[in-house]
Amino acid sequence: MPAPTQRRLIFEHIDEPGYTNDLACYQKHGGYAVLRQAVTRKPEELIDEVKKSGLRGRGGAGFPCGVKWGLVDRKSGKPIYLIVNADESEPGTFKDRYIMHQDPHQLIEGTMISCFANNVKQAYIYIRGEMPHGARILEKAIAEARAANFVGPNILGTGYSCEIYVHRGAGAYICGEETGLIESLEGKRANPRIKPPYFPAVLGLYQCPTIVNNVETLCHVKHIAAMGGEAYAKIGTPGNTGTRIFCVSGHVQRPGYYEFEAGRITMGQLINEVCGGPLPGRTFKAVIPGGSSAKILRFGERFKGKRKVGAEMVDYDWGVEDVPMDFDSLAMIGTMGGSGGVIVMDDTVNMVEALANINAFYSHESCGQCTPCREGSLWMKRITTRMVHGQARTEDAALLKGVADQIPGRTICAFGEACSWPTQSFLAKFGDEFKGYAEAKGKNAERANILI
Amino acid sequence: MNLKPATLAQIDEVITHYPVKRSATLPLLHLIQEDVGYIPEEAIPWIAAKLELQPINVYEVVTFYPMFRRKPIGRRHIKVCRTLSCALLGGYKTCSALEKEFNTHLGEVSPDGEVTIDFVECLASCGTAPVVMIDDELHEKVDPAKAKQLADQIRADAKRRI
Repeated sequence: MPAPTQRRLIFEHIDEPGYTNDLACYQKHGGYAVLRQAVTRKPEELIDEVKKSGLRGRGGAGFPCGVKWGLVDRKSGKPIYLIVNADESEPGTFKDRYIMHQDPHQLIEGTMISCFANNVKQAYIYIRGEMPHGARILEKAIAEARAANFVGPNILGTGYSCEIYVHRGAGAYICGEETGLIESLEGKRANPRIKPPYFPAVLGLYQCPTIVNNVETLCHVKHIAAMGGEAYAKIGTPGNTGTRIFCVSGHVQRPGYYEFEAGRITMGQLINEVCGGPLPGRTFKAVIPGGSSAKILRFGERFKGKRKVGAEMVDYDWGVEDVPMDFDSLAMIGTMGGSGGVIVMDDTVNMVEALANINAFYSHESCGQCTPCREGSLWMKRITTRMVHGQARTEDAALLKGVADQIPGRTICAFGEACSWPTQSFLAKFGDEFKGYAEAKGKNAERANILI
Repeated sequence: MNLKPATLAQIDEVITHYPVKRSATLPLLHLIQEDVGYIPEEAIPWIAAKLELQPINVYEVVTFYPMFRRKPIGRRHIKVCRTLSCALLGGYKTCSALEKEFNTHLGEVSPDGEVTIDFVECLASCGTAPVVMIDDELHEKVDPAKAKQLADQIRADAKRRI
């Protein structure tokens, strides 16, 4: 079946010749018309639209946005904060970068609509420290929006006021975790908070109710407010509504970002047709479907079971290429859609070396608060690095599994899961390669790139 | 620590963005690092006093976040992405090419004082791997040949400065 055509909702103007990131250009393309209309409605209606839309968060967890907003404590009398999570740092993910650099007003409009809907008076955009240009572009765009009365006091004469400030991170991946982000915004180390009691919706920034949404999620809110929740829910598939942006990197002919209706494209269509397939003379070996924390898939493996289609249960028997790229299908085969970062590896890659690279990342990024994660991520890195640069032993596979299995479920935040899943899934899918690494080592050196 | 008047003005302005002064710790560290080039020892008590904190509150932040440096570096800062998508397309080769160009090693100031090269984790531009940041500028698809061009450019800029 040929791949569907792209449906660019969020990326409509990305890379469009002549499209600039200033207010004039945005307004020429209908910008802020949705905000103008939204502020004339009741905030509860807007929340209802988002609930009806079925929008799921695009930062990684896929949590329903309407439910998140519904959990906010509105009775405490404390101010409600909204934080835009622009700390895009999941390896393999590079979508928010383009929204912020090329279409910042789309984000600001989505943010302001979300703030109005939730009676937020102060929003912060927490952007990665490594995106200084992005921060400057956003600051300029906010200043333009403020001058045009879309941000700031008495917005469009409604009596509603809301301010947005840009806050820069400083190179720590853990700030993408929402409670770590809140700690960081409070001026502290980004050590995630324990839940309960610190659910951001109740005890977030400055112990006030706080909404943390991903950049792309907030852009979707703008489109939901524009077309209505029901119309939006018709895009994509039930349970996986709207569009999804896939960021494809690694060993394909045409890496890049592609936006499709959610659940309408399979892995095979995406990497073979849209991205042009493997590099000349190579074959696909493995793919990580949703950012580096997602469990790896091995080409050639098959997934069988029953799934719900409409009201019926039907059998499925999929290869990696057949899996629809939506949250639920990917969860069904034991991995996740995550942040949409698809990392493709071909037959030149040795899996021990690839895992050593990922382990070095997690070891570097562990905040160090919980012992199983701090020590476990370090030892997984040490073992895999030693296998590559020192001596590899057959029993290393079991040793690695022993370390990885002791981390998840024993940490304050989901980083424990994120850092152990790569090791667990690489071993489950490519166990032989780990056991036989001592013999295989260095044999592929002229074809392969150094990974660690 | 002699901060420029513009930096001091920005510092006073940014503190107003937050209902709790402590939140301005990261912004202040960024502003000081942009002005001085690194976080000097005396910046820590200075920020603490400014934000009504204890020095340890600032110190623990400086040591947590990888972007803050406690020593001067070369005039230009080259950050090469080390993470998987870039490594799969030759990020390590790019990094060695740059080290060779400037006759230096990771984390050190090159003998001519011109650059410091660091390996950093994912820069969120995996579709155009391998990527390198030089100061605030992102460079995409940097293979060893392009690394050489960038190195030539840095040396040309340095000559122009003299």
